[in-house]
Amino acid sequence: MSAGAPVGAAAERLSPRQMARRFLEGDLASLRVILAIALIWVIFASQNDRFLSATNLTNLFLQITAVGLISIGVVMALLIGEIDLSVGAVSGFAAAVMAVLHVKSGWAPVPAVLAGVATGAAIGLLQGMLFTRFRIPSFVVTLAGLLTWQGALLLVLGSTGTVNLSNSSITDLANTFYDPAVGWAFAAAGVVAYGLVTLAGHRRRAAAGVTTEPPVPLALRVAAVAAVAIVAVAILNSDRGLPLALLILLAFTIGFQLLITRTAFGRHLFAVGGNAEAARRAGIKVDRIRVVAFTLCSSMAAVGGILAASRLLAVNQSSGGSNLLLEAIAGPVVAGTSLFGGRGSVWSALLGATVIGSIANGMNLLALQSSVKFMITGGVLLAAVVVDSLARSRRRAEGRV
Amino acid sequence: MEGAGAILATRGVSKRFGAVQALDGVDLEVRAGEVLALVGDNGAGKSTLVKSISGIYSIDSGEIRFDGRPVSISGPEDATALGIATVYQDLALCDNLDVVANLFLGREALARGPRRLLRALDEIGMERRADELLRRLAVTIPSLRSEVGTLSGGQRQQVAVARSLLGEPRVVLLDEPTAALGVPQTRQVLGLIRRLRERGLGVVLISHNLADVFAVADRICVLRLGRVAGVFDAAGTSEEQVVAAITGADTGELRRPR
Repeated sequence: MSAGAPVGAAAERLSPRQMARRFLEGDLASLRVILAIALIWVIFASQNDRFLSATNLTNLFLQITAVGLISIGVVMALLIGEIDLSVGAVSGFAAAVMAVLHVKSGWAPVPAVLAGVATGAAIGLLQGMLFTRFRIPSFVVTLAGLLTWQGALLLVLGSTGTVNLSNSSITDLANTFYDPAVGWAFAAAGVVAYGLVTLAGHRRRAAAGVTTEPPVPLALRVAAVAAVAIVAVAILNSDRGLPLALLILLAFTIGFQLLITRTAFGRHLFAVGGNAEAARRAGIKVDRIRVVAFTLCSSMAAVGGILAASRLLAVNQSSGGSNLLLEAIAGPVVAGTSLFGGRGSVWSALLGATVIGSIANGMNLLALQSSVKFMITGGVLLAAVVVDSLARSRRRAEGRV
Repeated sequence: MEGAGAILATRGVSKRFGAVQALDGVDLEVRAGEVLALVGDNGAGKSTLVKSISGIYSIDSGEIRFDGRPVSISGPEDATALGIATVYQDLALCDNLDVVANLFLGREALARGPRRLLRALDEIGMERRADELLRRLAVTIPSLRSEVGTLSGGQRQQVAVARSLLGEPRVVLLDEPTAALGVPQTRQVLGLIRRLRERGLGVVLISHNLADVFAVADRICVLRLGRVAGVFDAAGTSEEQVVAAITGADTGELRRPR
């Protein structure tokens, strides 16, 4: 393969083997995670028949929304080869800012939510600037942030230590379920839009005479998306219906995936994570990219924290604490986003949250002890990283002939 | 002494790293349509000089002139804006990005229409231009969408040289472009250098390999301990004379370099 034909002659047509290879390389990481999820579900379903019930699967999706949203931000930090340990604390603090402004100061829901997200953005900006200006390793800056924003959470909550969110638009975020017909409409619109965009992109590329993906895998991909949408909506409809929270998670996932794959900013994000010196010499403002990545990361932590508060109907002293941080970072890594930068996708946030959420949910159903739960979750994370690392070294060995 | 066709010139350029005087009053000039080879022993200052001209390092004193006017180059983007392109020894490619993404890194083509506001990429436009460019240079790679990390050393070098030409530069600085290459790929790169000269570009070629230097260079500038030890016309100069300048044998210099 490395010998290669002159690129001009070969650009339009790839051999079937190259096509198969590109298809596998492009989608293998996601495919592997989807298989892992299927395996996990089969194991838990065989142990407890309530696991695959519509009610439990709906609960599972609600459980992963907050972590998934936070993980989207973590992907931004991971892509530039950095890490943000403050996302849990920031999610709690931002939610507390929102709750206090809404409940104690009487702000309307929308300004309160925006203020919460802005708090996250400001924290990300600050941490990003500390990281780039003073060249402090990101894990130290964000570790200090973890403690600081945890303290800020306690300060903002005041002596009561908890702020309850009564019925309002804020609690609707995580507690709205759509009628079956609306659910089907969303599924149909989503699948049709995806199919049309895929087809239009394929036609445009073919018309321009540049490399195109072969039509069969492309059609298979659209069919797979349609199948997932139909099955998911069918399951959700037989319980409470399609939750708004899941739509929010999907919207942010798609938006951020487009941002990192289709824009100049996204390209620079990957470049900084792959080879920061090369990016700098290419004239990319590396530090600015880093600051924006950290800002997006903390902003998404705030969004996740607000969703978590909406689901919990309250913000309290343990908001954003316990396993949230570890799960938010482990998720994308489990689903194939590299800890070393330059490789990954926003889908890994959703898929990784599903893996980790499924394991946690299943183990709760089986009423396993905390000791066992911690060790199993740790083992899964380790196994995922080992698999990823093996895949990477195999790719290297094949690539460099 | 500045010739009529000089595009790029340095005047008394000096650069110090702590106790090491890497460059010491270097005068150099590059004309349009010529290949100027920059040779010298390890640590003679070749790479430092190239990095100073291309904006990676800032110079301590002296001046850089472009088109006869003094210019200040405080970053790689300044050099690029003037029309100075550099291909580094370590290539500076992103292994995790494909060929098209690397070719256009830092100067991506943006989509037209409303998507431009989002700084969306014009992937099709970039891929077509990449195809055209690589075809013109007869560069062979498996696919424009191959990750650069999966390419061979020679293919990576060709991608790096091709990238430097995308911005329509007037001067191209090549730092050891043939160092890691086999014979056929070296020949391809040397052919490419001749084509750059034919297009009227000024080419600065750093090389350790005097056979390569004599194969393509018009003039040879020898650096020694951060100073210009001599400038020779390639025609009418022997390899021995150049080697003597590189080692300092022609100056009768006896003290050990420190």
